Amino acid sequence: MGTSQGWPAPLSAVPAGAVDRAGVLERLRLTALSTGHAVAGIPAVVLALLMTGAFPALLSLTGFLMLWLLVPLAARLAQAHRAVAARVLGEPVTAGYADTTGSNPGTAMMIWVRDPARWRDFAFCWFSGTGGLLMSLLPVLLLAGPPVHIVIGAAQGSLLWSAAAWLLLGPSLLAWWFVTAPMVRARLRADQGILGHSGSEQLRRRVDQVVESRTATVDHNAAELRRIERDLHDGAQARIAAAGMNVGLAEKLVYTDPASAVELLREARQTTVSALEDLRTLVRGIHPPVLADRGLVWGVEALAIPIPIPVTVALRLPRLAPPVESALYFAVSECLANVAKHARASRAWVVGEHGGETLRLTVGDDGCGGADPRGSGLAGVARRLAAFDGTLTVMSPAGGGTEVRMEVRCQAR
Amino acid sequence: MPGALRALVAEDQILLRVGLTRILEASGIVVVAAVADAESLAAALTRDDLDVAIVDVRLPPTLTTEGLEAIIRARSSRPDLPVLVLSQFVEPLYARELLAAGTGSVGYLLKDRVIDVDGFVAAVRQVAAGGTVLDPEVVAGLLCARPLDRLTGREREVLSLVAQGRSNAAIAARLHVTEKAVDKHINNILTKLDLPPTLDDNRRVLAVLAWLDATAGGERGPAR
Repeated sequence: MGTSQGWPAPLSAVPAGAVDRAGVLERLRLTALSTGHAVAGIPAVVLALLMTGAFPALLSLTGFLMLWLLVPLAARLAQAHRAVAARVLGEPVTAGYADTTGSNPGTAMMIWVRDPARWRDFAFCWFSGTGGLLMSLLPVLLLAGPPVHIVIGAAQGSLLWSAAAWLLLGPSLLAWWFVTAPMVRARLRADQGILGHSGSEQLRRRVDQVVESRTATVDHNAAELRRIERDLHDGAQARIAAAGMNVGLAEKLVYTDPASAVELLREARQTTVSALEDLRTLVRGIHPPVLADRGLVWGVEALAIPIPIPVTVALRLPRLAPPVESALYFAVSECLANVAKHARASRAWVVGEHGGETLRLTVGDDGCGGADPRGSGLAGVARRLAAFDGTLTVMSPAGGGTEVRMEVRCQAR
Repeated sequence: MPGALRALVAEDQILLRVGLTRILEASGIVVVAAVADAESLAAALTRDDLDVAIVDVRLPPTLTTEGLEAIIRARSSRPDLPVLVLSQFVEPLYARELLAAGTGSVGYLLKDRVIDVDGFVAAVRQVAAGGTVLDPEVVAGLLCARPLDRLTGREREVLSLVAQGRSNAAIAARLHVTEKAVDKHINNILTKLDLPPTLDDNRRVLAVLAWLDATAGGERGPAR
């Protein structure tokens, strides 16, 4: 068991009831993990003591050099524990160290001193060498204690010692059976709590992201409004004015020069048609009619029709909030346009579904690959999706087709 | 007016409804009913004295595709009911649904086309007579991405006009060539598209549209 997932495998549910092979093996595995934790407690407590001693002497050369050596070592140890906790709990445990690349040692040290993640490493070293050590030792002692004492008793020829150890073997193993899994889980949770990102720091990052995407959205909207204003001014507005002038002129000429008046009216009619065409193009760019009428699934269906290669559309989606549908529609539109223009593909697909609160949508093709995610089109799509906490990933190895994956958090309407 | 066409007009914008009625009546077509919402449209479509229904896609109450849906329902019980659908936008997707419901006698035009009064009235009469009329913009949408490398430029032009529902005579007049030349082009096109060459006008346009639709990018019906 667990071999296919590598070691350490995620914590599986350990049934307390039946004593079977799987249950025993899982507990033995967890005990081995605890042994590792306990052994790691020894360097941890050494590091903790040394750092505690060196910190007051930070301004002396010895203190500085010691910390210069110890802090990265503590980080190594902490990173190993983060990796194990993340792996076994199945949840990411991120460090979030402040960036010191390119800083000179003095500046780096100042950054370390102010970095909450480094202080968490320090706290972890103390925990790992004290309370954590005890927690991790418990399963090991419960399992190994009585047998060891039986052996010692036998070796020393002490009948009483052996008898006491034999007597304790049952209760000890019973306790081991029930305590191991909760204790390992508690230890990992504690590691995660100490070493993981603190809540306020996560919030700070989140606020940074929101500010960034909000700025992008506001910029995008302002640019869109400017474009619409310009299109109206240069297109429909100008044409309607021209048609009005033609009609006015025709009115003047209708008795004196009926032939010219008819010609002017015909021109006015033609201009009206062009104005309507302009308005239609504009509205399609703002809110496409099929999308408004029927939602995203049919909108994508309609987008697929003019694509010159077969496009498979497989979407299982409820109706979503109109802004989300609109952003995804234009995203798919951009992707399919890229497929038609650049991919040299023989087929394409749009696949997606909505599960929980996340919508996942993929536009793929079997073309020549090599798409640039930083190209203006895809970058614009990514910006637009970011306003809804959406992400866009482009996988496009040269010669291996292209897949654009989008993920947006949204609720069914 | 005995023998005059009897039409139904469904349009929610009063100016357009009145305008359409006026244009039709001025051209000798009797407007037997002019309705403004989906419910009255559904009721009016059950009349058996209708020769043609002229319907806006977007009607109250939801202003999405009520008009289209009412027609598709009506044509499921009366597949040869002639309908001319008008819309502010033409969508190949809706054209596909419209063509799939019923047999011929169908038109789908931009509202702008009403501005060309004679052309519009001719389209109404063509649909009433069992013909098919598609807006050039829909046809362009269907044609733009099809594998038509086998056709010459002129043949593509002719194909586009055939798909719009034009007769040989109309195509000849439009392209300033003889009808015989048009005949030749059409035979070439039908051969190249593997379509039977001896179809009448109505069945020909449906065959061409079916061919265009079958080679369209989207597959029919989204998974739901």
